[in-house]
Amino acid sequence: MKIAFTTTGDTLDAELDPRFGRANRFLIYDSDQKNLVIIDNNQNLNAAQGAGIQAATTLCKTGATVLITGHCGPKAFKVLTAAGVKIYPCKAKTLTEALAQFNNHELSETREATNEGHWI
Amino acid sequence: MRLSPPQTTVQPMKLAIASGKGGTGKTTLAVALAQACLSPVHLLDCDVEEPNSHLFLTPHFSKKQPVTVAVPQIDETLCSHCGQCADFCQFNAIVALPKQTMIFSELCHSCGGCIRICPTNALTETDKPVGTIERGQCDHITLVKGTLDVGQAMSPPVIRAVKKQHDPKYLTIIDCPPGTSCPMITAVRDADFVLLVTEPTPFGLHDLTLAVETLRQLKLPFGVILNRCDIGDQGVVNYCHQESITIMLQIPDARQVAVAYSRGKGLLDALPDLKPQLQRLLNTISQSQQGGQI
Amino acid sequence: MKEIVIISGKGGTGKTSITAAFAALANKEAVLADCDVDAADMHLLLAPTARHTHPFYSGHRAEIVAANCSQCGKCVPLCRFDAITSGPDIKIIPSACEGCGVCVHECPQNAITFNEQRCGEWYQSDTRFGSLVHARLDIGAENSGKLVSLVRKEARNLALAEQRELILVDGPPGIGCPVIASITGADVVCIITEPTCSGQHDLQRLLALTKHFEIPTFLTVNKWDINPEMTATIQQEALKQGVKLLGTIPYDSEVTAAQVAAQTVVERGDNSAALAITVAWNNLYKHLKLINTTP
Repeated sequence: MKIAFTTTGDTLDAELDPRFGRANRFLIYDSDQKNLVIIDNNQNLNAAQGAGIQAATTLCKTGATVLITGHCGPKAFKVLTAAGVKIYPCKAKTLTEALAQFNNHELSETREATNEGHWI
Repeated sequence: MRLSPPQTTVQPMKLAIASGKGGTGKTTLAVALAQACLSPVHLLDCDVEEPNSHLFLTPHFSKKQPVTVAVPQIDETLCSHCGQCADFCQFNAIVALPKQTMIFSELCHSCGGCIRICPTNALTETDKPVGTIERGQCDHITLVKGTLDVGQAMSPPVIRAVKKQHDPKYLTIIDCPPGTSCPMITAVRDADFVLLVTEPTPFGLHDLTLAVETLRQLKLPFGVILNRCDIGDQGVVNYCHQESITIMLQIPDARQVAVAYSRGKGLLDALPDLKPQLQRLLNTISQSQQGGQI
Repeated sequence: MKEIVIISGKGGTGKTSITAAFAALANKEAVLADCDVDAADMHLLLAPTARHTHPFYSGHRAEIVAANCSQCGKCVPLCRFDAITSGPDIKIIPSACEGCGVCVHECPQNAITFNEQRCGEWYQSDTRFGSLVHARLDIGAENSGKLVSLVRKEARNLALAEQRELILVDGPPGIGCPVIASITGADVVCIITEPTCSGQHDLQRLLALTKHFEIPTFLTVNKWDINPEMTATIQQEALKQGVKLLGTIPYDSEVTAAQVAAQTVVERGDNSAALAITVAWNNLYKHLKLINTTP
């Protein structure tokens, strides 16, 4: 199973980035192969709008089926769920902690977006 | 500046009230000008993210109309999931997944590009509400208020809808959104004259210079209203002098104005003596529109 | 490291003056960031000297290459934004172009270029209170979540490099996308409001936002004495919603006098606003030490 995290670093010791759309990068951990891949989210960081949507599109292409992040907006949520990615909001500081919580079934899958998205 | 004596009527024109930043007294001035006017006047509240004019006027709104924009809708049975529409959209409003195409109409700018580009004609346009406009009457003032719906990001379509209510038979005062970006430009465009409201402080001066640059690019005639004129320094006055910009009115800083504002009362409630000055101001601008000099 | 974001909803509440005073009180412990790029005024009080200047790009703009244009006029009715002038000389009005790309795609001569649009510049600067990251938008350009995220990211990088304990962010006005971009992932939000109908209205929307993102929120009421009853109501309402109060700041002409002197109000010695802002900062600082965040 491929598990995606939002992060600012490039190892499992790195911090979990609470933002999804404007996260620095995704770390994709393959729990079967025990290896990891880093996917940059820079292109999305440069979008004036729709960062969450672009990030979700990028993530869908990685083949990850689980996303562990802080907050995920409604548009990204729609894209990810349509693509079959399960979203687990998490408050852990590091990816290692987040992964442990996930493996111990301490995280619950969200059925709705955790952010309201664009407020005016 | 020579002020002409008060007249009973002011020529119909579009007078925009703008400012480089919020909190300078733009709305209170727009309302006071409308109240001071001796003939019927239209007040267009184009500050659609935060329409506040009605707080000082309490009109009876009679009509509420939706404002809509054209956004794409998809017929999934015709979609080949080629993804060309998503690639084309500059605003990230379309996502093409292998088996699904999703449209996020709140990000759509209604350019119509995706509809033109779709090779299977799976996309058509539909109207989506983004806000409302309301019309109300308060004595001689007809107020048109635009309100952007919560959750909508783009105010220009609502601003344009408010401005379409303009009736060339009447003096029309436009309360513009603050700043110098897209919404402000949409609101001031086509105005016959713009009044920039500022304060004689370094912040006021800095924001005024940005607003002046914007109006010069748009080639619109304008003058400055110096609010709370007895605070701060000479920076704005010196700048206006250097740039040959007319300071058309100075309004003193009065604690009672701030107190009145906090209680939803207008400028003329706090400073009734201002009324004849505002009338003279309207006459002066009106005459300049007929070829006179300010 | 802790990041404090100061926001206000409507403009003119004194947010920038108070943020700059906080910057002075932070005693060089903080890296400063000005995300209020629509009316970026903090530099007027902090007198920054730019160490590095960088251009900032966002979106695209269409431009006709006159030499390649056959004047066929096909693009004119296609533009939904009335940004292309018809007539003998077809031109695109830059301030009206939305950057959608329809004309670029449809031009039979490929005579329309579509370059990234320069929106302004951002700077890393030195001030007498420490490093400042700030930006300046070109005329007609708009603040966006993109620019706010960039300024915050660069401020964080500087704080790491300089080993500062705090990041002090002057947030954008309003309650739209740039505000959200300025508070997501922050440690603390400090709201500056005033006792007016519109101030109260915006405060409700801001509180909904910070509650949603689960960010500890503090409140200070500026110019509280212009309406003491409303100040009391605002504070009671905020307390009910779990907001911590930092105290109130009186209406004081020294705030303007300080602005004129290009100073922060706390640099003007004893005055009622400076004293109240110092109390507010000390309260905030005390709470910050209690909030555990990532190192």
